[in-house]
Amino acid sequence: MGKLGTITRRTFLIGSAAIAGGVAFGYYQVTKELENPLKPGKGETTLNPYLLITKEGITIITPRAEMGQGVHTTLAALVAEELDVAWQDIKTMHGPASGTYYNEKVATLPYPEYKENSTKDKLENIMGAVGKIMGIQITGGSTSTRDAFEKMRLAGAAARYAMIEAAADKTGQKASTLKTKDGFVILPDGQKLSYLQLAPEAAKIPPPEAPKLKDPSEWRYLGKDMPRVDMVEKVTGTAEFGIDTKLEGMLFATIRMNPQLGAKMKSFDAKKAKEMPGVKKVVDLGDGIGVIANNTWQAFEAAKKITIEWEEAPYPPDTKAIFSQIEQAFNNEPNSTLRDDGDVNTALVPTKDIIKAQYAVPFLAHATMEPMNAVALLKDDKLTVWAGNQAPVLVRDHAAKVAGLNSEAVTVYTPYMGGGFGRRCEYDFSDLAVKMAMAMPGLPIKTTWSREEDMRHDFYRPGAIAHFEGRMGNDQPIALKADIASPSCFQQFSSRFMGMAPPGPDKILVEGSFDQPYAIEHYQVNGYISDIAVPLGPWRSVGNSYNGFFHECFLDELAASKNIDPVAMRLQLMKNEHEPSYKVLKAVAEMADWDKPLAKNKGRGVAFTYSFNTPVAQIIEISNSEDGLKVDKVWCALDVGTALDPRNIEAQMMSGIIYGLSAAIYGEITFENGQVVEGNFDSYDALRMATAPQIEVKTLQNKPHISGVGEPGTPPSMPALANAIFNLTGNRIRELPLKNAVEFA
Amino acid sequence: MGRSLNINGSDITIEADPQTPLLWVLRDELGLVGTKFGCGIAMCGACTVLVDGEPTRSCSLSVGDVEGKVTTIEGIGTPENMTIIQQVWVEHQVAQCGYCQSGQIMAATALLQENNQPTDEDIDDAMSGNLCRCGTYPRIRAAIHEAATRLQRS
Ligand code: FES
Ligand code: FES
Repeated sequence: MGKLGTITRRTFLIGSAAIAGGVAFGYYQVTKELENPLKPGKGETTLNPYLLITKEGITIITPRAEMGQGVHTTLAALVAEELDVAWQDIKTMHGPASGTYYNEKVATLPYPEYKENSTKDKLENIMGAVGKIMGIQITGGSTSTRDAFEKMRLAGAAARYAMIEAAADKTGQKASTLKTKDGFVILPDGQKLSYLQLAPEAAKIPPPEAPKLKDPSEWRYLGKDMPRVDMVEKVTGTAEFGIDTKLEGMLFATIRMNPQLGAKMKSFDAKKAKEMPGVKKVVDLGDGIGVIANNTWQAFEAAKKITIEWEEAPYPPDTKAIFSQIEQAFNNEPNSTLRDDGDVNTALVPTKDIIKAQYAVPFLAHATMEPMNAVALLKDDKLTVWAGNQAPVLVRDHAAKVAGLNSEAVTVYTPYMGGGFGRRCEYDFSDLAVKMAMAMPGLPIKTTWSREEDMRHDFYRPGAIAHFEGRMGNDQPIALKADIASPSCFQQFSSRFMGMAPPGPDKILVEGSFDQPYAIEHYQVNGYISDIAVPLGPWRSVGNSYNGFFHECFLDELAASKNIDPVAMRLQLMKNEHEPSYKVLKAVAEMADWDKPLAKNKGRGVAFTYSFNTPVAQIIEISNSEDGLKVDKVWCALDVGTALDPRNIEAQMMSGIIYGLSAAIYGEITFENGQVVEGNFDSYDALRMATAPQIEVKTLQNKPHISGVGEPGTPPSMPALANAIFNLTGNRIRELPLKNAVEFA
Repeated sequence: MGRSLNINGSDITIEADPQTPLLWVLRDELGLVGTKFGCGIAMCGACTVLVDGEPTRSCSLSVGDVEGKVTTIEGIGTPENMTIIQQVWVEHQVAQCGYCQSGQIMAATALLQENNQPTDEDIDDAMSGNLCRCGTYPRIRAAIHEAATRLQRS
C-alpha cells in the first residue's frame, strides 16, 4: 500500500482519530467507482460485481462466508428481488477475494448502538469509508445483511434497468412500456426477451445514477421464508466444504504446532515418522512440524511419532495463574469508561444496602464442526488456495506474503464452511497450508488439522472477571457500577487484521455491559485490560458473550434482593430508554406466560442483551429430574427492524441459543504447563439431541434499521439459564461453566 | 494385497493398510467426501455410515475390520432423487453449515429403518451421538417425526 495506506492504517481508529482519517481519504477515494473483480470468460457477461450471466443462467455473487447462517440465500434474494428473476433459476457463488466486496458495517464505535444520534451516524459513514478504502471483505459482527441491504438491491435494480434499456434499443419500443417477469423483459404485445440473451447488450448500458427500489409492499422474496440455496447439496453430501476439495494428484498433510501457544520449536526428530508407510515429507515449520503423506490418517499417525522439544509459553502456565493475572488488571487505570451516567461514586458510598457480586467466565474454543484445513497449490509462481474463510482478502494477502509473491499471483477460493463462529476470520490455517505446499511445489497439498490440534490452537474467547456493585431503590436500581477485566481480544485481532492495535478505548471488552438500553440514574462501566499473550479472537458475539452474562445475572441479583419481578424491573428501566427493546422483553414474557406460576419442580430465568443492533430477550424454563437439571424450553423474542427471511432468523436464534447454552453448561478451556488441556469433544462437550431444549422464536420489526442475527441470540442464553437455576434452587452461580457447580441430566 | 469391500452396492478393491480407519479410505482413497471428519474418536458422529444397516462411526473402524456392506450418504439418495428423509430435511430447512448433516441423516435413516414410529426418547437415544455445533436439533427432531409419518404412509 502507498502513502494513503499508511495513513488509513494508522487512522483506522475509533472516535476522533477516525475523523482525522476521514479527512485524509479525500472525496475521491470514498466516491470512486469500485472495480468489478469478475473477469467473465467467453460467453459470460457481468453487469456489476454481483452478477454473472451466461447462456445457461444467472449467477448471483454472494461475497460473504456461508458458514451456516444462510447468508448466500438472503444476499441472493436481495438481488433476485430487484432483478426480477425466478428463484429456482438462479445460482449463487462466493466469488473472488476483492476489496470491492468491502464490508462497510464491520467497524464499530464506542457508543451504545441503540441511541440514535447524528454524530454517531456521521462517524458510521466514515467508518464505512475506511472499510471501502482498506477493502475489508469480512464476514463478522452480524453485519452481512445490514451491509448488503441497500447495495445488493441496488445492484439488482440497476441490472434490471439495463435489461429494459437493452430490450428497448433492440425492439425500438419505449422503455417505459416494457415490463419484466422472472428473467424476461415483456414487450407490450406480450412477447418475451430473455435476460440471458439481452445480457451482452445490457452490459454496455451505463448504470442509472439512482435506480428505483421496490416498495417493501411489492416484495415477493424478501420478508418471506426462502428455500436455502445450499439445502439440497447439504442433505445429499454433495456440498463441497474446504476439507472436501479434490484435485488431481493431491497429497494429504497435517501439522503439529507448539502447544505452548506462540512459542517456537527447539528441535525435532522425525526419523521414525519418515520410515512410516505413505509418508512423503516432514516439513520444519519453525514453531511446529508438518507431515505430507498419501492419506490424512498416515499424516496424523506420523505426526504423533515425531519427538519434539518445544520452547515455553509466553503466558502464565496454568488457569489459576492466568486468572490471578487478569484479576490484577483491576489495579491499573481503566482502559475505558464508556458509560458514566450520574455519579456512581456518590451513589455508592458504603452504606449497608450496597449489593456486590463477582463473576468469572473461562476461555472458550470455537470448536467448529469442520476442523481447520486448507488446500494450497504453488505452481509456476502462482499460488491457489482453497480455504473456508471469513476474510478472503486477508487470506490472499497473507498467503502472498508467506510465499513471497504479489497478491495478484494468488487466487483464493472460498468454499462452504463447516461452521465459523469467528474462528475462520483468521488466516493461520491458510498460511500453514501454503507453507506445506511450498515444500512440494507443483502438487496440491491438503492440510487437515486433527480435532486436538484445532482445539488446542484456537484464538480463544478470553477469560474475564467482573466486579459489580449496585444499589436498589424501591422497585428499580438507582446505581450500578461494573468493572470488567480481560485480556484484549480487540487489540490482538486488530494487530492480526490491520497490522496494528489501535490505542484508545476497547469497546469490545465491555460491549454487552456499557451499551444496554437501561436508564439507571448512576451507571458506570469500566474496562480493564490484562496483558496476557494467550491467542484470542472473536467468538460468536465477542465481548457480549461474557458481558451479557455478567450484566444480566447482576440485574437478576438486584431484583431478587428486593423480591421484585426481574421482567417488570427491566421493563421499567427500558420504557423511556428504548422502546423496541421494551417491546421485545414484553413479547417474550407473553410467549412464556411469565405471569402464570410454575410447577414446583420447575424454575425459569430471564435475560436480555442488545448486541449488534439487535435486542434479544429470552426466558428459559428448567426442571429437576433424577439425573439432574434439564433445560426444557427457551422462548426468544427479538427485533431486527426488517425481517428478510423469518424462518432463517428463527434458525439463527436457535443456533445462537444452543451455542450459548453449550458454552454456559460445558464450555471451558483450561491450561496446564502452558498448554490447553481440552482436546476433543470428550472434554469439550456441547448440547446434544437429548439435552437440547425446545425453542420458540418471535421476530418483531419495530426498530428503524435492519440488523443481523448470526450472533445476538447467544449472549442472553447464558444468564437466562443461570438465573433460572437460582429461581429453581436458590443457588446463585457466578462462574461458568455451570457444570462445575450443578449436575445436569 | 488388496481387500474387497462392498460400498454403496459396488465391490471395490482396497489397497490401503488394513489399520486405516474406514473414514479415510472413503474420503482420501475413494473420494467419497460426503462422509465427514469431525473428531476421530467416535464422539461427534460426523463420520457415520451404515454397515449392514447399523449406524457406525467410520473414524473408529479399521478398514480391515469391516464386515458387511457399507452405505454412505452418497449411496442413499442424490440431489435429483432424494430419499423421503432427505426430502423432509429440505422441507424443514434443517441444515445450517451442513457439516454434521450427512452423519445426522445416516443416523436418522438407521433409526427409521428399525423403528418407524420413534418417540422423542427414541430420537434422543438414536441421535445423541451426533453433535451439531450449529444447533439444528429442534428441526432434526421435527423432521424425523415427519419422515416417520410419511414412511408409514408409503
Ligand atoms: S469423526 Fe467419527 S465420530 Fe467424530
Ligand atoms: S449444521 Fe453445522 S454442525 Fe450441524
